[in-house]
Amino acid sequence: MRSKRIELVCPAGTPATLRAAVQAGADAVYCGFRDETNARNFPGLNFSTEEMAEGVRFAHAHGSKVLVAINTFGRVGSVDLWRKAADAAVGCGADAIIAADIAVLDHVARNHKQIRLHLSVQAAAATPESIGFYAETFGVRRVVLPRVLTIHEVATLNRAIHVETEAFVFGGLCVMTEGRCYLSSYATGKSPNLHGVCSPPEMVSYEEDIDGTVARLSGFTIDQYSPGAPVGYPTLCKGRFKAGDKTSYLFEDPVSLNAGSMIAGLSAAGVTALKIEGRQRGKGYVTEVVRTFRRAVDAVEQGSDTIEIDRILAGQSEGGRQTTGAYRKSWR
Amino acid sequence: MTVQKVALTLGPVFFHWSPARLADFYRRIGDEAPIDRVHVGEVVCGKRMPFSDPAWPDIIERLERAGKEVVISTLAAPATVRERRSVDDLSTDERLIEINDITALPSRAGRPFVTGPFLNVYNEAAAQFLIDRGARSICPPVELSLAAIGHMAQACQEADFEVFAFGRLPLAISGRCYHARHHGLHKDSCQFTCEKDPDGLAVDTLDDQEFLAINGVQTLSNQVQAFLPVPGELTACGVRRLRLSPQTADMVEVARTYRALLDGREDPQSARFLLSCLELPGVMVDGYAYGKPGWEATTSAPGWTQLRQERT
Repeated sequence: MRSKRIELVCPAGTPATLRAAVQAGADAVYCGFRDETNARNFPGLNFSTEEMAEGVRFAHAHGSKVLVAINTFGRVGSVDLWRKAADAAVGCGADAIIAADIAVLDHVARNHKQIRLHLSVQAAAATPESIGFYAETFGVRRVVLPRVLTIHEVATLNRAIHVETEAFVFGGLCVMTEGRCYLSSYATGKSPNLHGVCSPPEMVSYEEDIDGTVARLSGFTIDQYSPGAPVGYPTLCKGRFKAGDKTSYLFEDPVSLNAGSMIAGLSAAGVTALKIEGRQRGKGYVTEVVRTFRRAVDAVEQGSDTIEIDRILAGQSEGGRQTTGAYRKSWR
Repeated sequence: MTVQKVALTLGPVFFHWSPARLADFYRRIGDEAPIDRVHVGEVVCGKRMPFSDPAWPDIIERLERAGKEVVISTLAAPATVRERRSVDDLSTDERLIEINDITALPSRAGRPFVTGPFLNVYNEAAAQFLIDRGARSICPPVELSLAAIGHMAQACQEADFEVFAFGRLPLAISGRCYHARHHGLHKDSCQFTCEKDPDGLAVDTLDDQEFLAINGVQTLSNQVQAFLPVPGELTACGVRRLRLSPQTADMVEVARTYRALLDGREDPQSARFLLSCLELPGVMVDGYAYGKPGWEATTSAPGWTQLRQERT
């Protein structure tokens, strides 16, 4: 059985949220440089090299780790930008690099043997063979699991591999296998793999008339709202579409992931670390979510019952709809 | 430098076609289509394999007798023990295999293989890494532009680079089955409703704009990729293969049209007209090839030279 405590890995889109996450009890924070090398390449987010070095110093002084995401795929002819980002992360004293591209993994494995390599969810490694390849070839120490596995499959997988796993527990939910989805570039020309963005804000438009509001992405209607109803962000895979004679949220309802009730189960399934999504989120949100999950994880480790865990997590629904996602078999 | 003829590849069938339909389809391809290489095998959903598996040996034999090079494609997202075992078994095949997930790489490394559009090969360093382990042909993800693929092709000349030229674009793969969800079912008891839609089920926006198509766990474009390069555009950037992806439209005619285009017997405009006469499941697009959103159609696409100048 596992003996180490569960690691809580929290998002830090800015130096301010890094400090907030650390102070709220994050065991580790993950963040990226201010360019296309990371999968949350949004305006106003991310770190310069100096900010990263300062963030690492702050986190280390408070007993937290910093994991640097360099998890988009290197652009042809410019792979050095990704290699230099990895060099910079090492130079800043980061505890690990999270990468998906073979080019980046190969560079880190050859040149920075001292730093831990984590395999990004964008690599979508979900089998013992695939994970074994990344572990043996590049020395990957931890795999961030794609959000397509049931909790039973996570447990089976952990018994078959020799590296740590990290599982998403809260926040945005990709319904497609991560790193294998080109829906965003099909509609907008910008994609997670190439540009670090999905359904980018500059391609979003809202049109209001007497029937309500239409939310569009690059001109494609993603959803409609009746007058006065709360209007959502048109993320492509959470939209409403027509197929056959039905209109539905064909891919996924506009929900977010909350597997807080499964912390004990994920721990029993052999997961080393739990990940909270949300590098695009502000300081207040991060503080609140991290603090709550800190208490929940601590309560699980102290053997609290599910009623107590549910009570701790009760405030985290935000009024939005939530799902435990693929962890339950019926999601498929 | 010898000028190579650009070859035509028929990609794997993405859809749940019956064994009889598959046999008829490949019989015509073998007998009539000017295609050099033919992919066979299931790539989208392991649950379909018990239906199609018995059909493949005869199909392969017939294609090989017709002089086609046969490639065995493997699953894009193997997950179950049975799916993983199938990938492992196919990896030992003497023929070329198509790797669509890293799962197949450890058991295949060192022997020749091709990589399909589900494997993330985005740059020359990743391509070279795979070439060093046996990759002979690389068909990069569909969202990459011709300029990007050309850059890789010129940096890694040992491998054939292949552009996804025709067919609904494979845009995403999921653990969730959308055909099952659409019919109020779950993947594990799906009743194989995807077999009713041999080109995928069209997905429109609420205001009836054609947009996507679902095929079990796969999401495709509703529109049909029809990348029709001008003469010399491919050889200038070092691309040696075009991939045609099977739809129910007459693929023999599609292949003849592309062969005529590549041989200079038809120009892109007349090739586009010939394709438009077939029963395609959606309008023709080619935006990805030119670095634009995939759904866009560039009626007067700039040539490679101009693109390269713009990028540098």
